[in-house]
Amino acid sequence: MSVEVAHGPAYWLRRLGSAVTGGLAKLGYAARFLVAVLWHSPQAFRRMHLTLREIYFAGVLSLVIILMSGMFVGMVLSLQGYETLKRYGSDEQLGILVALALVRELGPVIAGLLFASRAGSAITAEIGLMKTTEQLAAMEMMAVDPLARVIAPRFWGGIISMPLLAALFSAFGIFGGYLVGVRLIGIDEGAFWGQMKAGVDVWPDVTNGIIKSIVFGIAVSLIAVFEGYDSKPTAEGVSTATTRTVVISSLAILALDFVMTAFMFRGAAV
Amino acid sequence: MNRSAMDLWVGVFVAMGIAAIIFLALKVGNLLTLNTTPGYVLEANFDNIGGLKLRAPVKAAGVVVGRVESVRLDPKTYEAVATLRIDREYQFTRDTIASINTSGVLGEVYVGLDAGGDPVMLKNGDRIVKTQSAMVLEKLIGQFLFDKAAEGGKAGPGEKAKEAEGIKK
Repeated sequence: MSVEVAHGPAYWLRRLGSAVTGGLAKLGYAARFLVAVLWHSPQAFRRMHLTLREIYFAGVLSLVIILMSGMFVGMVLSLQGYETLKRYGSDEQLGILVALALVRELGPVIAGLLFASRAGSAITAEIGLMKTTEQLAAMEMMAVDPLARVIAPRFWGGIISMPLLAALFSAFGIFGGYLVGVRLIGIDEGAFWGQMKAGVDVWPDVTNGIIKSIVFGIAVSLIAVFEGYDSKPTAEGVSTATTRTVVISSLAILALDFVMTAFMFRGAAV
Repeated sequence: MNRSAMDLWVGVFVAMGIAAIIFLALKVGNLLTLNTTPGYVLEANFDNIGGLKLRAPVKAAGVVVGRVESVRLDPKTYEAVATLRIDREYQFTRDTIASINTSGVLGEVYVGLDAGGDPVMLKNGDRIVKTQSAMVLEKLIGQFLFDKAAEGGKAGPGEKAKEAEGIKK
């Protein structure tokens, strides 16, 4: 500890400089990595069973957590929304509230966060372990490009799964909201669905929600495969990479969501 | 897990996802109601449209018969021109009155159509002549205060002047 006290301002400036250049270098590496993955993507679709396997692991196995969470989020929205709307005597608007909140924001965002922690972390850990046990190096020795054989199918499996999971999340959330709002609280069923239909537009609401979920799918998949591919080939390196995947993906989802919402719904109310 | 079972599950997953998207589009959104029927267009001039928004409903006797398609300002008359897209199945007489109403105190603003007795029906691109503008609450209050002041003024302008003089002294 006493050694560090001796460092002058030049040391800290050098630390700052290396942090900035290091970050920029990693960003550039990630961008080149994305181009390389896209370049090898046609091979992922030519051998479709590889991509299907990844859709199974990323999408099908995430179904239970996505559907359960969607249901509970919709039920809570319905309960909380009813308590607030009741004060203004407009509890029939509950359908709009639940549907708009889920379709515009909560569906893509929460499904994206769950997807990052359920599937993204698994992808990173798998690729990281393949690197640690030198399976990727062995593939290169056999003239099999790991980018085409391992990375691209996982990347596209994530991108395809994510919008479907987000749509299922929203649909089950609305169903959960219906269960609590209509079956439990006793709002008129016709008003619930009718107000929802009148207030939710396919364009911009539903379409923008789907666009959001596709963007989140691209972001999470890219971060997951990149962190796995870039991880240090040690046990510690894999665990760090897995953690980084979840942290960076979550931050990316929330930041991208803000930016996209600012652009998408700025003019919607006019 | 063998490949055919995996394919089956992926197929089920994708089918469920597409079903969810269709559910969101049809049952939650309004893809098949009003949007697919192109209908015809009517224009209406208003002195003031208040808080009328794009895609606000057009109602006749409470039934939604169309949507507000665009709102613009006529640069010559300084009147607001609202373009209404009406469902094809509904026809309105030429002396229809268009008014801007609000459902409830905090509710949405909509255009109400009251059909008259004219035998000639409005056609695509026609203009609704008889309109009633939105009631702007501030203007109403202002009008009310102005009327009150005018009443007070009629009662005795001289007395007020005397009072004012009294204060000065």
